[in-house]
Amino acid sequence: MKGYVVLENGEVFEGTLHTDHKEVHGEIVFFTGMSGYQEVLSDPSFKGQMVVFTYPLIGNYGINEVDFESMNPQVNALLVSEVSNEGFHYEARSSLLTYCEKHSIPLLSGVDTRAIVKRIREQGDMRAIITTDPTNLSFDQYTPLGQQEVVPMVSSAKIETYGNGDHHIVMVDFGYKRSILDVLLKQGCKVTIVPYHSSFQVIESLQPDGVLYTNGPGNPKQLQGILPTIKEVAKAYPTMGICLGHQLLALAFGADTEKLTFGHRGANQPVIDLATNKVYITSQNHSYVVKENSLEGTDFEAKFININDRSVEGLIHKKYPVLTVQFHPEAHPGPSDSEQLFYTFIEMLRNKGREKVYA
Amino acid sequence: MPKQKTLKKVLVIGSGPIVIGQAAEFDYAGTQACLALKEEGIEVVLINNNPATVMTDESCADRVYFEPLTVESVEAILQKEQPDGILATLGGQTGLNLALDLHDKGILKRYNAELLGTPIESIKKGEDREEFRALMKELNEPVPESEIVTTSETAIQFANEVGYPIIVRPAYTLGGAGGGIASSEAELKQIIKGGLSLSPISQCLVEKSIAGFKEIEYEVMRDSNDTCITICNMENIDPVGIHTGDSIVVAPSQTLTDVEYQMLRTCSVKIIRALGIVGGCNIQFALDPHSKQYYLIEVNPRVSRSSALASKATGYPIAQMAAKVSIGYDLHELINPVTGHTYASFEPALDYVVVKFPRWPFDKFVHAERKLGTQMKATGEVMAIERNLEAGIQKAVRSLELKTNGLDLPSVTKKSDNELWHLVKNADDRRFFVLLELMRRGFSRQDLHKETGITEFFLQSFERLISFENQIKASNFDDIENESLLTYKKAGFADEWLATVWGVTTKDVRKKRIELNIKPSFKMVDTCAGEFTASTAYFYSSWSGEHDIIPQSGKKKILLLGSGPIRIGQGIEFDYCSVQGIQSLHRLGYEAIMMNNNPETVSTDYATADRLYFEPLTVEDVLNVIDLEQVEGVIVQLGGQTAISLVEGLEEAGVKLYGTNLDTIDQLEDRGRFYSFMNQVDVPHIPGVIAIDEKDALVNASNIGYPVLIRPSYVIGGQGMMLFQSEKEFVSYLEDKENVVSFPLLIDAYYPGIELEVDALTDGESVCIAGMFEHVERAGVHSGDSVAVTPPYTITDRVKELVLSYTEKIAKGMDFKGIFNIQFVLFKEQLYVIEINPRASRTVPILSKISNKSLISYTIQLLLGESLHSLGLTTKTLPEPNFYTVKAPVFSYQKLAGLDPILEAEMKSTGELMSMSDNLDEAFLKAFVWSEQAKPKFFTQKGSIYFDVAEEFLPEFASYQVQLKECGFTLVTEGFDEWVQSDEAIALISLPKLGTKDGTEKRQEALRQRCSVISELTTLDVMLRGLAVKEVDFLAIQDWWLKEKELIK
Repeated sequence: MKGYVVLENGEVFEGTLHTDHKEVHGEIVFFTGMSGYQEVLSDPSFKGQMVVFTYPLIGNYGINEVDFESMNPQVNALLVSEVSNEGFHYEARSSLLTYCEKHSIPLLSGVDTRAIVKRIREQGDMRAIITTDPTNLSFDQYTPLGQQEVVPMVSSAKIETYGNGDHHIVMVDFGYKRSILDVLLKQGCKVTIVPYHSSFQVIESLQPDGVLYTNGPGNPKQLQGILPTIKEVAKAYPTMGICLGHQLLALAFGADTEKLTFGHRGANQPVIDLATNKVYITSQNHSYVVKENSLEGTDFEAKFININDRSVEGLIHKKYPVLTVQFHPEAHPGPSDSEQLFYTFIEMLRNKGREKVYA
Repeated sequence: MPKQKTLKKVLVIGSGPIVIGQAAEFDYAGTQACLALKEEGIEVVLINNNPATVMTDESCADRVYFEPLTVESVEAILQKEQPDGILATLGGQTGLNLALDLHDKGILKRYNAELLGTPIESIKKGEDREEFRALMKELNEPVPESEIVTTSETAIQFANEVGYPIIVRPAYTLGGAGGGIASSEAELKQIIKGGLSLSPISQCLVEKSIAGFKEIEYEVMRDSNDTCITICNMENIDPVGIHTGDSIVVAPSQTLTDVEYQMLRTCSVKIIRALGIVGGCNIQFALDPHSKQYYLIEVNPRVSRSSALASKATGYPIAQMAAKVSIGYDLHELINPVTGHTYASFEPALDYVVVKFPRWPFDKFVHAERKLGTQMKATGEVMAIERNLEAGIQKAVRSLELKTNGLDLPSVTKKSDNELWHLVKNADDRRFFVLLELMRRGFSRQDLHKETGITEFFLQSFERLISFENQIKASNFDDIENESLLTYKKAGFADEWLATVWGVTTKDVRKKRIELNIKPSFKMVDTCAGEFTASTAYFYSSWSGEHDIIPQSGKKKILLLGSGPIRIGQGIEFDYCSVQGIQSLHRLGYEAIMMNNNPETVSTDYATADRLYFEPLTVEDVLNVIDLEQVEGVIVQLGGQTAISLVEGLEEAGVKLYGTNLDTIDQLEDRGRFYSFMNQVDVPHIPGVIAIDEKDALVNASNIGYPVLIRPSYVIGGQGMMLFQSEKEFVSYLEDKENVVSFPLLIDAYYPGIELEVDALTDGESVCIAGMFEHVERAGVHSGDSVAVTPPYTITDRVKELVLSYTEKIAKGMDFKGIFNIQFVLFKEQLYVIEINPRASRTVPILSKISNKSLISYTIQLLLGESLHSLGLTTKTLPEPNFYTVKAPVFSYQKLAGLDPILEAEMKSTGELMSMSDNLDEAFLKAFVWSEQAKPKFFTQKGSIYFDVAEEFLPEFASYQVQLKECGFTLVTEGFDEWVQSDEAIALISLPKLGTKDGTEKRQEALRQRCSVISELTTLDVMLRGLAVKEVDFLAIQDWWLKEKELIK
């Protein structure tokens, strides 16, 4: 059936809507990785967003059972140039098309994805509505993503423990990617996942060796309420923050965040470690960044910056063993060049003397 | 780390003449590298004896040595120039091998020249099979089990250990001949026996077969800060078993999950780190389609054909960045020149599909073994960019310039099902067309998958094309609606094919299409999938979506048509001419728009022209660009026969063509009109007629008198030319069903005299001859395959004057401006014209280099209306230099089994070189001893020469017999089989009876055993002249220019 995506600026792009949806609203963002659509659609950080794939052929290798980043599809919609109606891969269990139909993920194909990317690049991430009738639409009836509380929709409700390794890590879940859990387990950690709003006492009662604040969707400033807890935890335990977790740790210590015109979403973002001068190609997915000039007085310093736009990509605390990254060292999708940051974190756990750590 | 301050002067090693497996990509890489060094204020000294290259231009290198790529010449140059560094990783295998030799002989150390970029140890680890295997073992990365064997027993023992199937690769056989895949002991016994006997050193490599695995390549870069990035990955449509150079390749990979993509990426990074490469590197993997198991196939510790492809596929200038990191920069310090504001330390993201299709020489080499395997056989390749795979494939097929009808190849369409299945199982260059034809006949994707191992994803794409074909065939022109037509265009169907199917003209389809507002949009190759604004000038067309904004400058614009893929008869020289054309237009204040589809070239470097359209070269594609750009006109004289063949369609569409028109081209190429033109301007031509049928042909041939030369019209590389000594031969050729003889046929008298050729400039009134070449081999040997000398060395002034006078008459008589080439034959004191090419020729780069005058720049100015007089070209010929330049062909026989190395009317060489000296004999020597690896035994050792000379040549041969003996060679005429196997064997002199090819088997066997094969006495003559030279001097072209200047003073 003919479908349309209407951008907040009024522009309409036509395509084919493969699923039975009347109207879908979301923030429209683009992802530049050339593979990894399955990881993307199941990454909770994309909650509330419609993802435009810049690579034009999507679905070629189908959907398998092993590459999901969470139990459920998370994106609000997928926009692609061309979708493969079959999946050609030994692991494939269904085609992307069938999967979207089954899970009711709006899928619009045949749209001029490059044109949409250019609009977003010029005018910033914006809202969009996918519809079968582009007349008489109103954005007013929808709350913009930045004002929505999306984390509660993706965070786990209960405490769960995985593995039985020597190091016990409490992972505060804002919508974690399964790969973070996988890499910690692979490193011989015991991981306890707790809801995002867990109190210091709850975390303390689990007797962690370290705490990890995960990735997640939305605007970090929607979570002001939990910042004091985060600060308390970070002072008490070796702490790592990834993506949203990084932004929240920065906010907790008094730094500020802002929205990028359009986010970094892809598998090719170059980041430099200012301490070692080493360059990593990283996987990224974020709209918000920590403002570098807000770091003053927080005792945080930028450890990683983006080589292209010089934005803050990671922090290290001068007093406490706190390491944060804006990018995704767990990869999936994308390169795992920076996976060693997890080893650094685990080193921090061993090092309980509270010395200053520079990874 | 910033640039090494100590580097002031660097010697760059080029890759030399074009051979299969080493083509224009190294001129592209070399040019980028030289420019990158110059940009840093480094003085560039270059050694490369390939004259048709851009890198050997003065704008790229300060001192250029057209000298043999040998240890001896490099040592002399090192001594003379005293460079601080030497860059060898951009000169292909030739450059790398030379660097290894120089290192091993301690020469680099002696002259204190630092090898820049990748260190020698790394090169060795990548190149040496054993060292590579040891490193992979250390890294715990899998390589297929293999062993070198010299007996069947050891091969079988190995197979029993690792299991079947087993690949057998005989050492040093032509085109990998004698190899194969054995799936049982019986098969292995049979193959290994053949392989061992074919191998001149009785040695085979046996390897556990991973045929059928997905073949995936990564292009990786590393700097000395240990930053590693992958520029691009590529997936071969043809699974492991067919050389990647002979495979249809797509970028990025299409059927790998992110887990697989990253798994191989991680491994690539690990390997480039372990090797310690500083620069670019190509890594090839085999990935099991049914598991995550992979194997390393090969690592190339240097830029390669694949890296040129990756550069064009992504926009990322690998060679330029490799050069910068080799002199000390880090990637994160370098700006990505495509966006202009992001950095080189990132990985390109593509938002389009790239298809590479090889161009094979089998349309010319009909007798060569066309089966594909582990030895590359393609001479060139095309690349296509589109938003979907189907349209990408169609663009690639159009760019090949094969005689296809859309997606079908008539020679394949005629075959039976059984024959087609045979070709599926025994893949040759036609396999793609065979697969499509089988689908047309209703065979399923699954059947084809089972037989070929090609991933069903790709086969589904082929299937979709066939289903569109059927839809189109079932529809008709009048009823076609907007939506369906748009769908067909999006799938890449060309107007011309649609017109054929619908029984209307191409014009009709185009008209309707434009009425329906179905036009392509042009998109930018920006390295970042649109994420950032980019200022690049690199575009491709697609039938969906909006235009990316095309920069408008307000300057006048001219479109230059390139020459497409490199093939026999149309090589890198036209790329050189195109690039020169672009530069000239720039100087004149025009905007130069380039269209071409060859990813190996400098003309398709996005930084060369003001705008680059990476597109097929067909009338429809060209008109689409013209519609968009609204150019003033089009230049077709620099793009070889490819561009010339578009003249008709472009002229019909009302496009302004500079200096050329259809009528003139027709006048020169249609033999009948050509003869009357020659008569009209009163210039003698070789007697010739046009025969309309067999009977006519035989009558006319006997009227002209045997021997006669037969050829079809509109040819490049002498395709289909035949020489017949007698009526009997001609009849038997005409009767042979294998030969597709299409009438009218041209029949020329055969005058085996001295061949001369000139390149001349004309403003339509007067001429200026840029230079004259005298061919060493008699006329009848294709001009592309003969050794040629400028200025002529045996010709009298009277003849030279005659050449000038005929050239003037011709120029005045035709409606033409610009540059053209005339071939003459001097036979029994009479001068005749053989042919006229209304375009730049392969000798133009040579004449430009030796005269230090850009002939193409003159050409462009003439095309734009200047006169020779206003350009200061007031003499009728450019002054003859006081030194000799020899142009010599280079062949790729070792890559192609089944070719007869005799010199004849059909061109077989793949490349050419030049050498210079004021002593002609020295220039000959340098032309034969042109590279360290390719030195003929004739020049390096004394041994025995077998001669097989027809009676008619014996008297002439007698004096050479004496000379050869005096030089210390022994001569043999009997016991060929024993002789050829002996270590003493160095050359075969084979002079068959005129017009026959007697002795083919001997020539082929001699070639197989790495002996020189000499089939012309004049070749032998100049070889002997070269051999007599005792002392050799090495000079840069700049030295020659200086000498000339001083002489003039």
